[in-house]
Amino acid sequence: MKKVDFLMAGVGGQGTILASNILAEVGLELGYDVKKAEIHGMAQRGGTVESHIRWGDKVYSPVAIQGNTDYLLGFEMLEAGRWPAYVNKDAVVIVNRYRIPPPAVNLGKASYPQEEEIDSLLKSAASRVFWVNATEIAKDLGNPAVVGVVLLGVLSGLVGGEENAWLNVIKRMVPERFVELNMKAFRVGRQIQPS
Amino acid sequence: MKKLMTGNEAIAYGAYLNGVRVGAAYPGTPSTEIMENFSKYPGVHAEWAPNEKVALDVGIGAAYAGSRALVSMKHVGLNVAADSLFYAVYTGLKGGLVIACADDPGMHSSQNEQDNRNYAKFAKLPMLEPSDSEECKQFMGIALEMSEEFDTPVLLRTVTRISHSSSPVEISEDGPPPPPEVPPFYERNPIKYVMVPANARLRHPVVEQKIKKLEAYAETHPINRIEPGDESLGIVAAGSVYQYAREVFPNATFLKLGMVYPLPQKLIQEFASRVKTVVVIEELDPFFEEHIRLMGIEVKGKDVFPMIGEFSPSLIQQCALNAGLITAPAAKAEAAAATSTVTQLPVRPPILCPGCGHRGMFHVLREAGVLVLGDIGCYTLGFAPPLSAMHTCGCMGASIGVAHGVAKAGVQDRVVAVIGDSTFFHSGIHPLINVLYNESNITIIIADNSVTAMTGHQQHPGTGITLQKKTTNAVDLEKLVRSIGFSLVDVVDPYDLEKYEQVLEDHLQNGKPSVIISKRPCVLYTKEKRTPPRVDPDECTNCGTCLDLGCSPLMQEEDNVSIDPLLCNGCGLCVQVCPVGAIVQEVS
Repeated sequence: MKKVDFLMAGVGGQGTILASNILAEVGLELGYDVKKAEIHGMAQRGGTVESHIRWGDKVYSPVAIQGNTDYLLGFEMLEAGRWPAYVNKDAVVIVNRYRIPPPAVNLGKASYPQEEEIDSLLKSAASRVFWVNATEIAKDLGNPAVVGVVLLGVLSGLVGGEENAWLNVIKRMVPERFVELNMKAFRVGRQIQPS
Repeated sequence: MKKLMTGNEAIAYGAYLNGVRVGAAYPGTPSTEIMENFSKYPGVHAEWAPNEKVALDVGIGAAYAGSRALVSMKHVGLNVAADSLFYAVYTGLKGGLVIACADDPGMHSSQNEQDNRNYAKFAKLPMLEPSDSEECKQFMGIALEMSEEFDTPVLLRTVTRISHSSSPVEISEDGPPPPPEVPPFYERNPIKYVMVPANARLRHPVVEQKIKKLEAYAETHPINRIEPGDESLGIVAAGSVYQYAREVFPNATFLKLGMVYPLPQKLIQEFASRVKTVVVIEELDPFFEEHIRLMGIEVKGKDVFPMIGEFSPSLIQQCALNAGLITAPAAKAEAAAATSTVTQLPVRPPILCPGCGHRGMFHVLREAGVLVLGDIGCYTLGFAPPLSAMHTCGCMGASIGVAHGVAKAGVQDRVVAVIGDSTFFHSGIHPLINVLYNESNITIIIADNSVTAMTGHQQHPGTGITLQKKTTNAVDLEKLVRSIGFSLVDVVDPYDLEKYEQVLEDHLQNGKPSVIISKRPCVLYTKEKRTPPRVDPDECTNCGTCLDLGCSPLMQEEDNVSIDPLLCNGCGLCVQVCPVGAIVQEVS
């Protein structure tokens, strides 16, 4: 049975929810059965956000079994580092090189892990780990809010599917005045050869 | 055509398709989007009530008058509405009434994880539990028909993973039925609708008969079904847990329950006789398990799966492995070994947003060293370090009563109650009256951000706008409080720390009951953003005073603090607290 399981992890306010909605709709557009589940903590901003998206011939649970996720998309470095148990060993991880230190770090009660630590944590579980400066790219495009769509662009290059299937969904799902910007963000992301 | 919908969207869609005309709710995660979505359909009346009890009474009234009605709330909301739930079961209704109620196993955003299936048994009414969005839509229709056929309200239970998960829903080509040609009519029937003891005594046997009839209905309705498979293992499950179990036991025989109360005895008997081992998988309480055990059937249940917390396919898999119900795939064992060495990463608890008006309030309260009896809302986050300025939080509206009680016990601390504006309208007015009536000298702060913020910015009686975006009467908090009889009332902006400190001190010194309205609209709602200040690294002494505001854009660098302008809202609190003036903000 064919299936693709995705997990997105980020911090409230980073646009994780919109990106996960787009990804779920793309699955439907590509002819899959789709389920999506998300948990956003109590805070509107600043809490952990996790979103599971599953494509398949028939999907039962909206949350995948640990060790089965094919693509992990980390919107923030530390948040990406929380999920090695979920990915399978052939999985691809895409991490946005961007830190938002949690309160304990700013208060000196905990330390923010080094990039190398997060990288090796993820590499111990997944076969490929790519780092992308998506927030920088989004800023250069004129709006840091499109970071999620840049990351989706990167992801689309790995997952496959007609570029138009992705673009159609983006056109449908983002507010009209942001469509051009988001299409551009997607194309920039898609052109990145992750390494 | 299929469309991706969350469970909440699908419940609203199902209500619309099946001719529900009146909806009422109070926001509460994970149920909020049910009424938000319902309100957008043409030809319906939908409203935010001040609390869940009012919402349920509104729904009952509409159903008494013959209209189909939907009331929605989170699990603990049903505690607030329980009084109304019980009488509505006795009276029955003319139009269909469905109460969509969302449990929160795992407490993603709740103070407890009560299992509301118990309410169905307790109040004696049927409960349905859908397992995906398509079922949310379909069960809504079934619930409305059931409500009318059996003259009872019906509970439609979801959990967070149903309410907030998306899956495809078949879009109907037909719209809802046309509005009734005859206007709604309230039939005056006091024996049925006036629950004085003499009448209620007549109604109780009717309620018991209904449950018997519903039991018979549950036996044959396809909402409960046996899904054949390998008969060595028989799984009993409902809702989201059914979907998880399907992943873990792809070949087992299933008893999939869509109606979780009353339960189909004969169907359960038949199922049990077909399979070798019966395994009940259910989150929270052993609700099915106890029932099935009482039938004399041997089951595995809470001896295998926990009674606490949210389930997931992984958790069910692990428990099933431990109990020997399945054998481990080699890869899984390897993965389990690998993940046992995961490093501890710093946690990221929810915090007040940058620019939040509550931050200034809690900063002042912390500095004043007062005892703060709290309530439910974004401001509950003020309990957490570094603000650490809230000392109780139990349920909606508890703060003022608890503060009064603490004061009456005779503590030496100066006592302050903090309650949000929406929470105040929900259940803060009665305890406020009590403070005056029974005289305690506490100070009540109404943290007024002018919206129900935590659940995603819903309107409330103070905003002057309805759920369906009509301009309406706005209840003025200050006038309301003064009209009750409070004479010491101040409105103060928590962005102005100096003024705030002074007002708080005045109130605490005054020795009589008083109210401070801490007014600063939620910046995420108003979308207000000012120029982020900058830290002059040469001036910054790295003393950490600003970091004690617990504001995420303020970051500890090696020798100084910096501000991430992407995250910063420019409220300027850090500028005010910096003892050396190292944080500068251009006035925009």
